[in-house]
Amino acid sequence: MKYEVPVLDPAPVSTGSVLLEADNMEIQFNLRGRTLTAVRKASLQLRAGETLAIVGESGSGKSVFAKSFLGMLDRNGRISGGTALYRGVNLAALKTEQQWLAIRGRRIAMVFQDPMTALNPLKPVGEQIREAAALHRTMDKEASRLVALEMLERVGISEPERRYKQYPHEFSGGMRQRAVIATAIACGPEILVCDEPTTALDVTIQAQILELIKNLQRDMGMSVLFITHDLGVVAKMADRIAVMYAGQVVEEGMADEIFYDARHPYTWALLASLPQLGIKGEDLFAISGTPPSLFRTIKGDAFAPRNPLALKVDFEYEPPFFQVSPTHRAKTWLLDPRAPKVEMPETVKRLRQKLKDKKAEDIAASGTGKAKARKETSR
Amino acid sequence: MSQEIILSAENMSVTFGSGRKAFRAVNDVSFFVRKGETLSLVGESGSGKTTIGRAIMRVHPISGGAIRWKDTVISGKVNGSAERALRQKIQMIFQDPMASLNERAKIDYIVSEGLYNYKLFTTEAERRAKVEAALLEVGLLPEFASRFPHEFSGGQRQRIGIARALVMEPELLIADEPISALDVSIRAQVINLLNRLKKDRGLSFLFIAHDLSVVRFISDRIAVIYRGKLVELAPAEVLFEHPVHPYTRALLSAVPVPDPEIEKEKCLVVYDPAQHDYSKVAPAWTELSPGHFVYGSDKEIAGWQK
Ligand SMILES: Nc1ncnc2c1ncn2[C@@H]1O[C@H](COP(=O)(O)OP(=O)(O)OP(=O)(O)O)[C@@H](O)[C@H]1O
Ligand SMILES: [Mg+2]
Repeated sequence: MKYEVPVLDPAPVSTGSVLLEADNMEIQFNLRGRTLTAVRKASLQLRAGETLAIVGESGSGKSVFAKSFLGMLDRNGRISGGTALYRGVNLAALKTEQQWLAIRGRRIAMVFQDPMTALNPLKPVGEQIREAAALHRTMDKEASRLVALEMLERVGISEPERRYKQYPHEFSGGMRQRAVIATAIACGPEILVCDEPTTALDVTIQAQILELIKNLQRDMGMSVLFITHDLGVVAKMADRIAVMYAGQVVEEGMADEIFYDARHPYTWALLASLPQLGIKGEDLFAISGTPPSLFRTIKGDAFAPRNPLALKVDFEYEPPFFQVSPTHRAKTWLLDPRAPKVEMPETVKRLRQKLKDKKAEDIAASGTGKAKARKETSR
Repeated sequence: MSQEIILSAENMSVTFGSGRKAFRAVNDVSFFVRKGETLSLVGESGSGKTTIGRAIMRVHPISGGAIRWKDTVISGKVNGSAERALRQKIQMIFQDPMASLNERAKIDYIVSEGLYNYKLFTTEAERRAKVEAALLEVGLLPEFASRFPHEFSGGQRQRIGIARALVMEPELLIADEPISALDVSIRAQVINLLNRLKKDRGLSFLFIAHDLSVVRFISDRIAVIYRGKLVELAPAEVLFEHPVHPYTRALLSAVPVPDPEIEKEKCLVVYDPAQHDYSKVAPAWTELSPGHFVYGSDKEIAGWQK
């Protein structure tokens, strides 16, 4: 059977409208005869021009979910249910590499944590960017070389002519990640998926790379799907946030709604374990236990066994999503009108107060402080 | 926390290579660690943090200055019994729990390794009791002793690494990025464990890290290092509230704050070493206010004092 090359709907998508819509996606892996369900009927929408951050602890399915939009699942994995609609094409139904070539790199591109795995150590960096640029467009060598040089410049690599000829090992960690980003944006993708792109970097370098991604997104009008477990990075980057637990999105909302008005006990737990918000000399809040095994069917709310606030119903029935605001929803029985009134834990309340106080302080100090900071940057 | 100083570095330098290729990885650095306190070393990768830790562990020889453990100079040659004592009193825990554990050995052996190496037990029962106590102390069950590292989660492996240090009954733990590889939830558990050891056992920590949010939470004092040189050292809250050296300020501005409103308005401070004019007056390590040290010229210091 021959599969058709997908034909994308070329109509412009206005900023804020849904560009990629994943609905009830289920992704399974075959592991020595056993089936692991890494993504369990998860849904999310990526809107044009926005940055959506996916957060959640290790193993919650962030990477697997994101990779499924690029046809990059490991060999033993497959999409076993649901749809992922992008410009009229259901990505979940694509089968062949041929089909994916119309999407991957060209429309949806990806940046990984470790830049070394994304670059070929034996090839000059510029050549790799040039190849990425030429992959989906018919242009001669000189034209694509010029595009590569422009990309190097765009990602803040100075002396692009000289850098073009250098090999990955001649680049520092931060520079390498810039080069990877240059490769990813070389075709002018509409969606950039970033999977922990700065986790391996120093804070100062991290801050610069995050700034770069933000600027590129604005200048090129891209949508960004940003995966991380650092809530500080999320606060900087995200317009919207999806919180994942055990293969499901359990809460999603605007960045402010998640940080200041979270409703899911798992989101509370994530926020409460931040050292920035702990009280020195006291224990930090720590989530007890471990996430459930994904080899077994999960009954009820997957977080219930680790949740000291769990209700009886949590162990029996899986909760549906409850809408908190037009942009905010959470998958927890606590939001059911029949649920007993459960207050968010003290730590999270305190956190909010602390953030508020801090903000007041910052505003008070901003008169001199900020102006000075700006000057230092521009130098 | 007591006032007793257990470890100090005095004008310590570490040089790699020699002649024209010599590279000073640590340059004229001075600091001390008190009993029962956590001193953190922060700075970008390659700035010399790990080298300082390894010099204290006597893995790298120093090329200048001295390192003192209590009243004894421990840099350079020391006699056999002092050497033995040091190997026991100062322990190190590492960033990558997986890489630092021998995959093929059982937990029992991994935790006992130091005991075997230094013959720190007389009977088999005593050794086993020590291993059991160390595992319990880090919140692991004694029955884990018969298992292998790959059967544990990242956080549990990190605790095994801590248990094998604790079994030696150290007084100082050098922790090199012990939590940066860990997930948020596990990270909180390990932070709590380290803090409890400090409180209950009076352990001292030299904590090497680049995650400043964690550093602020667990440190009593913080030293900032830039290209092998200490540029600022102060009590943790003083450093965060009143950083003066431009590098410290740049570093702090880069730490993401988990608050979208603050984070989205923040401007990044970029450090440019060319901003210092040290052509006429050489900079010096100066005490700005009690316990707050900074590296700068007289003129800079005068400006920072305001
Ligand atoms: N090729 C594979 N074969 C079997 N299981 C897999 C495979 N790839 C991923 N998984 C499993 O799928 C689940 C989700 O993994 P995923 O990598 O998406 O987590 P993550 O949220 O990205 O975690 P991290 O924060 O550690 O990157 C995990 O249980 C993982 O072990
Ligand atoms: Mg991942």
